[in-house]
Amino acid sequence: MLTTKGSIASRRRVLAGGAALAGALGAPALAGAQARPVRIGLLHPVTGFVAYSGAQGRLGGQMAIDEINAAGGIRSMGGARLEAVLGDTQAKVEVGVAEVEKMNEAGVAAIVGCFQSAVVLATTQAAAKYGIPYAVDVGASDLITTRGLKNVFRLKPGFGKCVDEAIKALDGINGGAGKVARSAVIVHESSEFGTGTAKLLADRLPGINIEVKEVIKHDNPTRNFDNVALRIRSLRPDVLMMSNYQNEYVLLARTLHQQRVDLAGMFSVLGGGFNYKFAKDLPDVAEHMMDYNHWFAPTNPKAQEMKRKVEATGTLFTFEVYLAYNAVRLVADALERAGSADKDRLTAALASSTWADHFMPYGPTRFVDGQNQGGEAAALQVLKGDIEVVYPAQFASAKAVFPKPKFG
Amino acid sequence: MPSIDILLAGIVNGLAAGAVYVLVAVGLTLIYGVLHIVNFAHGSLLMLAMYATYFLFAKAGVDPYAALPIVAGGAFALGYALYRGVIGRFAHGKDENILLITLGLSIALDNLALFLFTGDTQTIDVAHAQRMVEFGPLFLPRAKVIAFAAALAICAALGLWMARSDTGKAIRAVAKERQGARLVGIDVDHVFAVSYGIGIACLGAAACLLMPSFYVSPSSGHAFVLIAFTTVVLGGMGSFPGALAGGFAIGVIESLGGLLLGEQLGQIGISLAFILVLLLRPTGLFGARR
Repeated sequence: MLTTKGSIASRRRVLAGGAALAGALGAPALAGAQARPVRIGLLHPVTGFVAYSGAQGRLGGQMAIDEINAAGGIRSMGGARLEAVLGDTQAKVEVGVAEVEKMNEAGVAAIVGCFQSAVVLATTQAAAKYGIPYAVDVGASDLITTRGLKNVFRLKPGFGKCVDEAIKALDGINGGAGKVARSAVIVHESSEFGTGTAKLLADRLPGINIEVKEVIKHDNPTRNFDNVALRIRSLRPDVLMMSNYQNEYVLLARTLHQQRVDLAGMFSVLGGGFNYKFAKDLPDVAEHMMDYNHWFAPTNPKAQEMKRKVEATGTLFTFEVYLAYNAVRLVADALERAGSADKDRLTAALASSTWADHFMPYGPTRFVDGQNQGGEAAALQVLKGDIEVVYPAQFASAKAVFPKPKFG
Repeated sequence: MPSIDILLAGIVNGLAAGAVYVLVAVGLTLIYGVLHIVNFAHGSLLMLAMYATYFLFAKAGVDPYAALPIVAGGAFALGYALYRGVIGRFAHGKDENILLITLGLSIALDNLALFLFTGDTQTIDVAHAQRMVEFGPLFLPRAKVIAFAAALAICAALGLWMARSDTGKAIRAVAKERQGARLVGIDVDHVFAVSYGIGIACLGAAACLLMPSFYVSPSSGHAFVLIAFTTVVLGGMGSFPGALAGGFAIGVIESLGGLLLGEQLGQIGISLAFILVLLLRPTGLFGARR
């Protein structure tokens, strides 16, 4: 036992011995234990009308942080651990901005978030004031990466690219069925996500010889889609294009099914409610519905391993989970290369990122104005209660059923 | 301009949607009429009742219509206990305290639901409720027809019970003059708790009628509360027939507004009707003049 009196020499010996032992066992471990943790803001709407999606995003982000820490943290920073600073936007723009202010005060090195385009637009701008790098996990608007903000990075494609690709997919599927679809009605939610997507769809559909008969906008929440169903029935479109968040997506699909509205297909772009749960809970409603959405590379073993891990906890492996997971890993890769949590160095490292260790079908990252250029989504369809990739052909796990069978 | 068939279908859809608004509003107006407070926890309690319906179906296989007496009975017990254990106890006889307590309850229940059930959207698939019923040129999902008929039957039964039973008479006496009721020996606190319980039981019934065609999440009850407040003011605060007429009127106005002006702008019809009633008849359609 060390004593305070007359023990200077022995204390020095112990310290010297300790230092030598540390050197022998590997200094990085000791340094890692002492390295200052790097704080990452995980900003999601975990309460409010999109709380489910927000909670899924938080789960994905937290899983990435836990895995990185378990694997030794950020090695170039002496094994610095990542520490999540959790924020709840409550699905409200002003609350999201206030959370960014709090995260700045908490000293976050980067923020990952935050699901709704309208909230992403405001929170990225708030983060830009302090130069905080912001990795957008979910948030579809093209405006997010076209405002010249240097701190914003998005791994996945925006709705501009998604709509273009979805139109190609629809044209391919429709062409394969003998061009049965010649007209469409678009139903979309009224915020930036739905409105922006619908505008692009209305612009692009005539280019593949599909006439847009009407564009119907609805609020969040909407209590009743009976009139929308009536309107669609009276317009007799061949396909219905949808762009909504989860609750309204499910309610609209269910109402159209209850009202027996016959369509050749129901096709959503980034459909908020299109997931395994929808396919399982309402199998008759979901059967043959199509969606163009973010999807993991189905053959990637890492994706399959994470899917198993997430599903083992009774949670669905939805796009919010794996997009947030990969967005945190993108930031971790940049931290590793920057060797510092300095915001400018981290921003520069993100801008020059060529990260390929993800499990999305994107290839190595290449950011132009904050938008990853390789991002690609896939056309999906519920078939026999499961979700299958039906386009593009290189990832397809099944052939699209189009037109879908009519109601008996 | 939509065709006559579509307009007719819109009116019928509006009446069907209005039936659920009626049940939610009847509970609210009963609580207001007797306790003279606006129950801010109404949406959260509706959400809880919807979860009860969901779990009875998902875990025990109980059909939501068969679950109606169970959920409504449970909701009554919860409402009674809430009034006796929380609202009445902490209000200290002040109406403004009751307002704050119900607001606090609402926040607590919403967050408790988020903690226990997560923010996920839950639905139930009741096959027989998905079938269509044919009314001449109109097709209506059976779930909506059942909701309409059941809401009318529940309102009629409740109206009869209020008019003829001793408890109903006591409730009306307390609503009119609580001091006088106390003087003639009515247990006013018990009547308050029973009234609150009946108000919440109406939500239980509404939840069972809603779930076959709607969804539940921790925030889903609030979608109906603003409309219920509007219904109650439109029909007359505390008026039973007012809630009935107001609920159906709001349903039809909302439906026709959506058809004629679009789903988003169509909501303006409700606000316009509301403003007109307040301008021309500030006490509401069936409200008593003071």
